[in-house]
Amino acid sequence: MNLFSLTRRKTFARGVHPASHKSTAGTPIRRMPFAPRILLPLAQHIGKPAVPIVSVGQEVVRGQPIARADGFLSVPLHAPVDGVVEAIELRPSARGPWTETIVIRTFEASTQEVRWSEPRDMDALSAREILQAIQDTGMVGLGGAAFPSHAKLSVPEDKPIHTLVVNGCECEPYLTCDHRLMLERSADLMRGIGYAMRAVGARQAVIGIEDNKPDAIASLAAMVPEGGQIRVVAVKTKYPQGAEKMLVKAALGLKVPAGGLPADVGAVVNNVGTLAMLGSLLPQGQGMTERVVTVTGPGIKRPGDYWVPLGTPMRTVLDWAGAESVSEREIILGGPMMGQAVASLDVPVTKGVSGILVFDQRKIQEEEARKRYPCIKCGECVKACPMGLNPSMLGMLAGAREYDLMGTDYHLGDCFECGCCTYVCPSNIPLVQQFRVAKAILRERAQAIHEALAAEQAAAQAELAQVMEHLPIDDESHLTGQRFDFGHAEGEGRKLGGSRHKINPHPTDKP
Amino acid sequence: MTAQTPQIQLRTSPHMKRGVTVERIMLNVVLALLPIVLFSIWQYGLSALALIVTVTATCVVTERLFNRASRSASTLSDWSAVITGLLLALTLPPAFPLWMGVVAGVAAIGLGKVLFGGIGFNVFNPALVGRAFVQAAFPVAITTWVPAFSPTRFSEFVPTTFTVPLMMPPDISEWARQALDGFTGATPLARWKFENELTPVQDFLTGAVTASAGETSAILILLGGFYLAARKFLDWRIPVAVLGSAAVLAWAFHLHDPGHFPEPAFVLLSGGLMLGAVFMATDMATSPVTPLGVWLYGILIGVVTVSIRYFGGLTEGIMYAILFANALVPLIDQYTQPKVFGQRRSS
Repeated sequence: MNLFSLTRRKTFARGVHPASHKSTAGTPIRRMPFAPRILLPLAQHIGKPAVPIVSVGQEVVRGQPIARADGFLSVPLHAPVDGVVEAIELRPSARGPWTETIVIRTFEASTQEVRWSEPRDMDALSAREILQAIQDTGMVGLGGAAFPSHAKLSVPEDKPIHTLVVNGCECEPYLTCDHRLMLERSADLMRGIGYAMRAVGARQAVIGIEDNKPDAIASLAAMVPEGGQIRVVAVKTKYPQGAEKMLVKAALGLKVPAGGLPADVGAVVNNVGTLAMLGSLLPQGQGMTERVVTVTGPGIKRPGDYWVPLGTPMRTVLDWAGAESVSEREIILGGPMMGQAVASLDVPVTKGVSGILVFDQRKIQEEEARKRYPCIKCGECVKACPMGLNPSMLGMLAGAREYDLMGTDYHLGDCFECGCCTYVCPSNIPLVQQFRVAKAILRERAQAIHEALAAEQAAAQAELAQVMEHLPIDDESHLTGQRFDFGHAEGEGRKLGGSRHKINPHPTDKP
Repeated sequence: MTAQTPQIQLRTSPHMKRGVTVERIMLNVVLALLPIVLFSIWQYGLSALALIVTVTATCVVTERLFNRASRSASTLSDWSAVITGLLLALTLPPAFPLWMGVVAGVAAIGLGKVLFGGIGFNVFNPALVGRAFVQAAFPVAITTWVPAFSPTRFSEFVPTTFTVPLMMPPDISEWARQALDGFTGATPLARWKFENELTPVQDFLTGAVTASAGETSAILILLGGFYLAARKFLDWRIPVAVLGSAAVLAWAFHLHDPGHFPEPAFVLLSGGLMLGAVFMATDMATSPVTPLGVWLYGILIGVVTVSIRYFGGLTEGIMYAILFANALVPLIDQYTQPKVFGQRRSS
């Protein structure tokens, strides 16, 4: 703590200030009715898809587990409605490819009551048991990443955690679902924070909230328990304040090393929505059946935050919120800066969907009218990149297909695709889009090299074994420092770009 | 699927853009230059007007012709050719023969910009490439000055303006002496360098000095700079670094030998330093992109300018200082890459 931290607003370096468009922040969360058909993809989270434990024709009740987790990095699914399993088949997903989906036909009499729960005494649970209970709720990071929450809270034992950072930034424009949850479910949130702190063994928790939400800051500050273990910290309103590394820097003043995780500096970051839902689900022993989704944008007549049952088709949500029937529109899942456009209205709301934005024709035409120029080297992207990269240079290298150079000399691997560079670029260059392609290509190349190396290593070892067979038992050459020259292995190594040291079959016998 | 199936747009994020475009930046630079252009015309009259119009039109036409030749779409709508034209005209003597102005404009766009691949690809500031070209080609004409505020400036052209193409301009020293009493035909920098005679600071502020068309209005140049910097269309660090380093260096020399070296105010206001620092060193395509690099680049320009003025053969150094720094920009960028978040220095 230095003197400056008293006067300066807590934040990170660089970043951008997009218009907030958070018009739905003042309206309470409303409920959305059940859709006649509920579509639950088995892969709604990062990790292995869940495994169905119901069969076609089986009746299920709201809250009943219908698919189990497949291993550690996986979560179960629960039925969001009372109904009957109509099919388990391939259906379109938001990402494009059709995926295995459980289709439930909703009973018309289905009620809001969750009829499948096992209330438990949370105080009696150990850290390990809390993690298991979290996995059983099927909870994932609700900020959009959909990473299983219990996995995120399971930190390696050699990295002690001192602080749980609670992410209430909601730095994406348009989205207000976390804001509303902080106001309406603050008691649940405090409980959830307590469970997560026990799960990771953190001494304190810091709730980071952007200072454009003074009501949330005030109401949570009034709720925090005595003793000072939980603090509310107002951080500067700036995109991408809600990115893990940025928030850890702003709230704690700690810099996560490049290529590392917050655990490397003793912190774990969790989203407020995730913890608020855990706070209510865990003691009741229920599974996740719904989430809050911000439905907004210029193409929506009744924008607002809604409790949406998981698996509700996009078409039902948009009909309910009053999407304008224009001939052209753009539908985005998540926020406008990092969200994903969807191609079909038949994809369902899944656990990771924080918002549904509908842009109308006018915005699309505006976008298409913009000309693209070559990079004029204005340096705006360099001033915007929160990771301290040089997107201008990376963009030119991407244009020249110099992907390897981007990875080695210009730190492409540190880019987390926040999109600030594309947002500011006056030349309208799709910088972050190019970086995604470059990263995918580099991943493929790394995979290919890895496989080739493994094959080569196996061949070299076989050859070494063969040579050893023909050697006299007390070979002097090792002592004199004389080395065998496996010309074959060396030549292959050169072909693979100088990785010879990795495949040298006898690296230790240098004098 | 019915006929009403909406067409859904698919794009990758971000789905929001800041509304600042290349066109908007360039148009604002043109707006910031307009007061300087108008002041220049008011100061030097019809000849300056003819020169500014001719040079700007030449730049625009040259760019269009190169577009045609390369069968590409017109690039005029980005306004950058207009900026090059205006800036080039402002760096020329007001009575520069028009045909030489045409040569300067063609050199600026042709050699300085299109040859490199157009906007964003040029290494050197195009306006200064044009000026350097005519400085080498027409050494007499580019140092032939006319008096500001001559009484007849709105009723007649300076005789040199309409020189027949490919011919040498007539000698106008007699005409200039008649136009304004006591006119010597030397710029303040030349008078300081060769006659050790200092021009008072208030003359610079009122524009009553002999100079290139756009070099006399320090206040208007600074106002334009403030406007662009406030709207973030210009990196304020560059003019601050150029003017700051020039002032500090000049001050050090002045302390060392007040009799020979002038005060910093004279160094900042005389010649093209102000125009160059605010409008030419800040050209985005030819300045560094890294925050640290921008400081180095600006300081380099300030130091080289003062060094040329004090120790070089020329009276003015800003043009070569900027061109020299332009050439070093790739190197500066290379060695001032920003520090990656969370990166340790050792790795």
